[in-house]
Amino acid sequence: MNAAPQIALLLLVALGSSQGLQHRYVDRVEDLDPDQDQDAEAQPLQAGPSPFGSLWPLPQKVQISAVAFKLNGDSFQMSDGKGSSAGPGCSLLQDAYRRYYEYMFGGAESQRTGPGGRTGPAVLTGLQVWITSPDSDCDGHPGVTSDESYELMVDQPYAVLKAPKVWGALHGLETFSQLLYEDEYGVKSINSTTISDFPRFAHRGVMLDSARHFLPIKVILANLETMAMNKFNVFHWHITDDQSFPYLSRTFPELSQQGAYHPYTHVYTPTDVKMVIEFGRLRGIRVIPEFDTPGHTQSWGKGQTDLLTPCYSGADPSGSFGPVNPILNTTYDFMSRFFKEISSVFPDAYVHLGGDEVDFRCWKSNPDIQKFMDQQGFGKDYSKLESFYIQKLLNIVATTQKGYIIWQEVFDNGVKLHPDAVVHVWIGGGASGEMAKVTAAGFTTVLSAPWYLDYISYAQDWQNYYKVEPLGFNGTDEQKKLVIGGEACLWGEYVDATNLTPRLWPRASAVAERLWSAANVRDINDAYNRLSAHRCRMVERGIPAQPLFSSYCPHEYKGL
Amino acid sequence: METMGLVSFGRYICSHLSLLLLIVLPLGQHTVEGVWPLPQTFTSSNEQYPVNPQAFYFGYGRQSAAQRGCSVLDAAFIRYYSLIFPDYTGNDVLRFFEDKPFHIEINVDHDDCESYPHEDSSEKYNLSVSAGQASLNAETVWGAVRGLETFSQLVYQDDFGSYFVNQTEIDDFPRFQFRGILLDTSRHFIPVHVILKTLDAMAYSKFNVFHWHIVDDPSFPYQSQTFPDLSRKGAFHPMTHIYTQSDVRRVISHARLWGIRVIPEFDSPGHTKSWGKGQPDLLTPCYSGATPSGAFGPVNPTLPSTYKFMATLLKEVSLVFPDSYIHLGGDEVNFSCWKSNPDVRAFMQKMGFGVSFTKLEAFYMEHIMNITSLLNKTAIVWQDVFDYHEVIPKDTVLHIWKGTPANYKRELSKMTKAGMRVLLAAPWYINHISYGQDWRNYYNVQPLNFSGTAEQKKLVIGGEVCMWGEYVDATNLTPRLWPRASAAAERLWSDEKQTSSVDKAFPRLQDFRCKLVRRGIRAEPLYVGHCKHEYQGV
Repeated sequence: MNAAPQIALLLLVALGSSQGLQHRYVDRVEDLDPDQDQDAEAQPLQAGPSPFGSLWPLPQKVQISAVAFKLNGDSFQMSDGKGSSAGPGCSLLQDAYRRYYEYMFGGAESQRTGPGGRTGPAVLTGLQVWITSPDSDCDGHPGVTSDESYELMVDQPYAVLKAPKVWGALHGLETFSQLLYEDEYGVKSINSTTISDFPRFAHRGVMLDSARHFLPIKVILANLETMAMNKFNVFHWHITDDQSFPYLSRTFPELSQQGAYHPYTHVYTPTDVKMVIEFGRLRGIRVIPEFDTPGHTQSWGKGQTDLLTPCYSGADPSGSFGPVNPILNTTYDFMSRFFKEISSVFPDAYVHLGGDEVDFRCWKSNPDIQKFMDQQGFGKDYSKLESFYIQKLLNIVATTQKGYIIWQEVFDNGVKLHPDAVVHVWIGGGASGEMAKVTAAGFTTVLSAPWYLDYISYAQDWQNYYKVEPLGFNGTDEQKKLVIGGEACLWGEYVDATNLTPRLWPRASAVAERLWSAANVRDINDAYNRLSAHRCRMVERGIPAQPLFSSYCPHEYKGL
Repeated sequence: METMGLVSFGRYICSHLSLLLLIVLPLGQHTVEGVWPLPQTFTSSNEQYPVNPQAFYFGYGRQSAAQRGCSVLDAAFIRYYSLIFPDYTGNDVLRFFEDKPFHIEINVDHDDCESYPHEDSSEKYNLSVSAGQASLNAETVWGAVRGLETFSQLVYQDDFGSYFVNQTEIDDFPRFQFRGILLDTSRHFIPVHVILKTLDAMAYSKFNVFHWHIVDDPSFPYQSQTFPDLSRKGAFHPMTHIYTQSDVRRVISHARLWGIRVIPEFDSPGHTKSWGKGQPDLLTPCYSGATPSGAFGPVNPTLPSTYKFMATLLKEVSLVFPDSYIHLGGDEVNFSCWKSNPDVRAFMQKMGFGVSFTKLEAFYMEHIMNITSLLNKTAIVWQDVFDYHEVIPKDTVLHIWKGTPANYKRELSKMTKAGMRVLLAAPWYINHISYGQDWRNYYNVQPLNFSGTAEQKKLVIGGEVCMWGEYVDATNLTPRLWPRASAAAERLWSDEKQTSSVDKAFPRLQDFRCKLVRRGIRAEPLYVGHCKHEYQGV
C-alpha cells in the first residue's frame, strides 16, 4: 500500500488546520539525501504533515520510501542479532524491548491484522538489534564520550538496528517506535526506511530544581522517561539550594534532617537516588548532581553549624547567615568528606559545583573575614575570596577523580580551572560573547542562557528555543568544537509536581532537536508539524505535554 | 497564647491526650482565617474542639424547609465528609480520645432542593461552631453548600492526624452575584471528566457560574439533536471529541449539586468557521474579485435561512440548558469577507446601510437577541455589540473583555450609564501567562472603581475568569487555572476593604492552594515552599 499519503492523512486529522507545506522541504531533503528528492516528487504530499512524519528530533539521515509494511503485535519480535555483543543477559536492552513494545503495541485496542480478504501490505515480522562493538557497554554508565550513533534499516522480513553501543540502540528503538503509525483500519504500519543517525552535541541536558520545590521521585522518573523520548542524555539535578536540602547524606544526615522541607516526606534517600541513577542509565541518561556553593546554601547551614558565614550588623552578629564561610579549615574538611560521598554515590564522571550568584554583603560585614582578606592581601576584592574558596573546592573535587562543571561566574571571576573543567553559560544577553570568551580560553562549555524554560510567556515560545544556534558566536572551528552541548533549565520557584511536566514538554523538545539534529534543520513549519505529532505521542504515552496551539490529539490526555 | 490553647484543649479531651499534646504544643496555634475566599464577617477564638470522623454527623434542623431526601444537601454531605476528613479511610482502629460526637445541623428557609441555582439565588449563610456542634443556616440550599465549603476549610489536623475546629462565628454572603469561569472547549477539546473536576475546584473557591464557550472556529464539539451534522463534520473528531446530550446533562447536574449555573455560549456571527462544515449556506462565501474564493466568513446575515437555523438551534439550546441566560457572543466580527461578497453588498444597499458593516452586524445581532428574548432567555453579549450599536434590549448583559484598566473602566461607566447590566472579564484573562506572581494582578482589581453613581455600580453583576483555549487542554488546564483563578474568586466574593492587602492574602492563598492539592486538584505553587501533602500525580 501506498503509505506516505496515509501518514499525511493521519497527521492532517491530528493537526486540524495546520499551516501549509513549503517548497523548502525538498531543498532540505536534497541537502540531507539526494535520493529522497525523487520520492518526494513521486509522492507529492498534502499540505500540513511533514514528509518526516512525527520523527523528533529529526535524524541526521532519513530515507523513507512509499513501501509500507504492517506489524502484528501478537507476533512482532524484538530480539538480539546473532552477531550482537549484547545477548539476553543485557537487561538494559531487554527492558528497553519491553518498554518500546508497550509503547508500540500496548494501546487499549486489540491487535488487528486488518479486515479479511483485503490484500494488505507485507508484514514486518520483527526488529533485530545488533550491538556491533565488542563491548556493548550494557552494564556501564553513559558518559560524555559515549557513542550514541545507530543505523536503522526497516525492510522485509525484519528491521535491523545496528549500533556500536547500547546507547545508540536505545535511541534507535525510540526512532523505530516513532516510525509506526496506524493505517485507516487501525493496523500498525511502518514504511520501508533507512536511517543513519548520531547526535550533533554530546551533552544534551535537562536541569530540574528539587530545592525550591520538592519533586517527588515519580515526577523525576516520568521526566527521565520523557527525556529518553526526546533523546536527551543528561539529567542535571540541581538538588539543593537556599530553600531546602532534600538530599539525604549518609555522612551528614543532619543536612536533610534539618534542612529539608520535611525530614521524611521531602527527602531523597540513598535508595531514591540509586533508583534515579539506574532509571536514567537504562535510558542512556547521565545523572549529574549539582551541589551549588558557596552561595545558594542557606539550607545547608541548618544541619551543619559553622558552615555558613555569620553576618554582622555593626559590631555584632545579626543572627543571619551568608555564603559558605571560606576562611575556616572546618569548611574544607566538611567539603572533602561531603564530596567524597557524592563522588561514590553518583557514578558520572562529572559533578556540578555551582558557584553562581555569590552575594558579598555578608562577607563584607564580618570582621573575621575582613581580617582574613587583609592577611591574604585580597584588599577589598571579594571575588578574590570567592576564587580562593572555589579553587580549594576544585582541588578537593579533583582528588575524588571527578571532572566538574561550574556556572560561568567562576570563569568570569578568573578562578584557576583545570583544563577539563566545563563552563556552564547561563546569563542571558551577551551569551554569545561569553561563549566566545570561554572557548577562546580553551574551556569546554555547555549552553543554557537561551533555554531558561522557567521563564514563561504567552504563545509559542518554543519557537525561540528552536531558533537558537549554539555555535552562532564568533570563533574558530577549534573553539566551536569546545561547545559540547546545552541544557534546558527549569528552575523551581514556580514549579512543582502539579505543573512541571506540562511546562517542560514539549518546550524542552525544541531544545532537544536543536542539540541532536543537524545544524541546517531549521524549518519552523516542518518543526511545528512534527512537534505537534510528537507531543500527541507523548500524551498518548501518558505524559501531560501541553499543546502548541489550537488542535487536538487522537488520544487526549486521560489524567486530570 | 499557647497556654490558653492547652487549657482549652484540656477541657475537651481526656487526660492522656493532653499529656501527649504537652510535648508537642508548639503546633497548637492554628490560625482560623484560612478560609478562602474570606467571609464577610468572621470571629473565632483559640478554643479548639476535636472533630472525630467516626462520630461526625450531618443533620437537618427541625425548622429546616429541606429535609432528608434533599438531593443537593444529601449529596453535599457525602462529598464534604471526605473533604473534611481527607485521610480518613474507615479502617482507623487506634483512637486517642473518646468518641465525642460532633453534629453539624443545617437549616434552610426554602426547599429548593430540586431546582437550579439562578441569577437571584441567595448564597448567604450563617455558620456557628461551638463545642461538639455547628449550626449552619441559609435561605437556600445553595447558601448551605457555600457554608459547608467554609466549614470544611475550618477543620484542620494536628501532627498526629487528629481533626479539630475552632470556636467560630461567620456571617457570609457574596459581594457579586455572578462569579464565573469561562472554559473554551473549541480550541482544544476538554474531556468531560476534566470539566467535572474543574466544577469541583470552582466550588472550593465559591465560583457559581460555568460559562461554557462550547464552540468556536476550530471545532464544534456540541452534539446537537436538531443538527447532528454540526458536530459530525465540525468537531475535531465526530466520535471521540464531542459532547453528547448526556455529557451535557452530566455537566449541568454536577454543576447544580455545587450551586453552579451553566451558561452556554454559541458565539456568532464571527467565530463560526466550524459551524459551516455541517451547515451549508450558513456562512458567507468570500469573494476574490468576481468569483467565490472558496473561503467562508462570518454567518451570512442576508439569508432568511440563517435566522431560521439560528432560531431552531437556539431553541434546542434553551431547552438543553436550564439557566435563564444564554451567551450569544458577538465579538470580533471580521468584515472583509462580507465586503467582498456582492450579495451582501446588494443587501446593504437594499437596507440602506450604506457602507457601514457595523449596521449589518447590528442587524444580525438584533435578530438573534430577539430570538432569545422570545425564548424567555436573558442574553449576554461581548462588549463589541454595545460598542458598535448602543441600542440593545435593556435586559441584555454586556460582557467586558477588552483593554487596559483605563479602557475597561471607561467602558464600565459608559455601559452602566446607559442602564445596562455589566459583567467584567477584561482583567481576568488568565490564559495570558507570564513569569512570576501574576495572581497579584488578578487580586488587585477593583471592579467598582470607575466613575459612576451608586446606582450605576449596582449594575455590575460580577466578573468572570476566562481561560481561552489556544494553548490549553487537559494536560495543563488545571495548574494554569488554580490557584490563579482563586485570586479573582476572593475579589468577587469578599469585602474589598477587608481584602485590600495582597501581601496579607499571600499566606492564606498558599494555604488554600495546599488544600486544593490535598483535594486532588493540580493547583500550581505561588512561590517557593512546600505542601505537607504534595501532589501525587505526574
